[in-house]
Amino acid sequence: MELPTKTFRVTRADLVRYAGASGDFNPIHWSDRVATKVGLPGVIAHGMFTMALVGRAVTEWAGAPDAVVDYGVRFTRPVVVPDDDTGTEIEVTAKVKETGEAGLTRLDITATCRGEKVLSQARAVIRTPR
Amino acid sequence: MSLDPSFVGRSYPPTAPYQVGREKIREFATAIGATDAAYHDPEAARALGHRDVVAPPTFPVLLTMATTQQIVDDPALGVDYSRVVHGDQRFAYTRPVVAGDELVCVNTIEDVSSRGGHDFLTTRTDVSTADGEPVVAVWSKIVVRGEA
Repeated sequence: MELPTKTFRVTRADLVRYAGASGDFNPIHWSDRVATKVGLPGVIAHGMFTMALVGRAVTEWAGAPDAVVDYGVRFTRPVVVPDDDTGTEIEVTAKVKETGEAGLTRLDITATCRGEKVLSQARAVIRTPR
Repeated sequence: MSLDPSFVGRSYPPTAPYQVGREKIREFATAIGATDAAYHDPEAARALGHRDVVAPPTFPVLLTMATTQQIVDDPALGVDYSRVVHGDQRFAYTRPVVAGDELVCVNTIEDVSSRGGHDFLTTRTDVSTADGEPVVAVWSKIVVRGEA
């Protein structure tokens, strides 16, 4: 079963807010000057911000904010966030799999930005929604 | 320069306890746009059986990012932090983190490898309460890019 796609908009303001809340002040997440100097196309989202947004999709699908038992991802491609009012978008979908364990469900997650996958091996195990 | 594989299995001393604050959970939840009442309202969290507001699933990175500096800064291992890229991240929960928890981290180097001129370092952080109750295990794999 494929779960309904969830879309998250990401702007520079979101990255600044996440930097403050998480304590990750790496300038590649807010300074184009620094980001391009280290070879990036521009400011990129914190990988952990992308993982947090995908985590929101997981808890929303689960229908419970405390349903996540196991959650892991591999970061494969940066999410570039332009300095404008619209930013960019991350689309998240998932397939429901059996775990073989009673009361637990596995989700195989796909997250894309501009049509390209930004995560691989993204999986969550959640308490099965009632 | 490759990282020394003999560091695999090395554990570091427990970190000083981190006090999980209600307002910090609210601030983090707001920053990621998570509006579920249990992240913000203690009553809603209690209705789900928790003592206080619940932290979103990736919240423990606030602790582990700071504490794994213990490994990254270990001069004997010699990681060049300016070349570090985040590879993988995983959380395996015994129970959710809630406000009021006092959490201690124990960092272990789980794997060191080299491939294609890059070094890979996998750390595991066992997060437990100061009383020793396990809460969440956190794995992080970083890539130290080679000087190509």
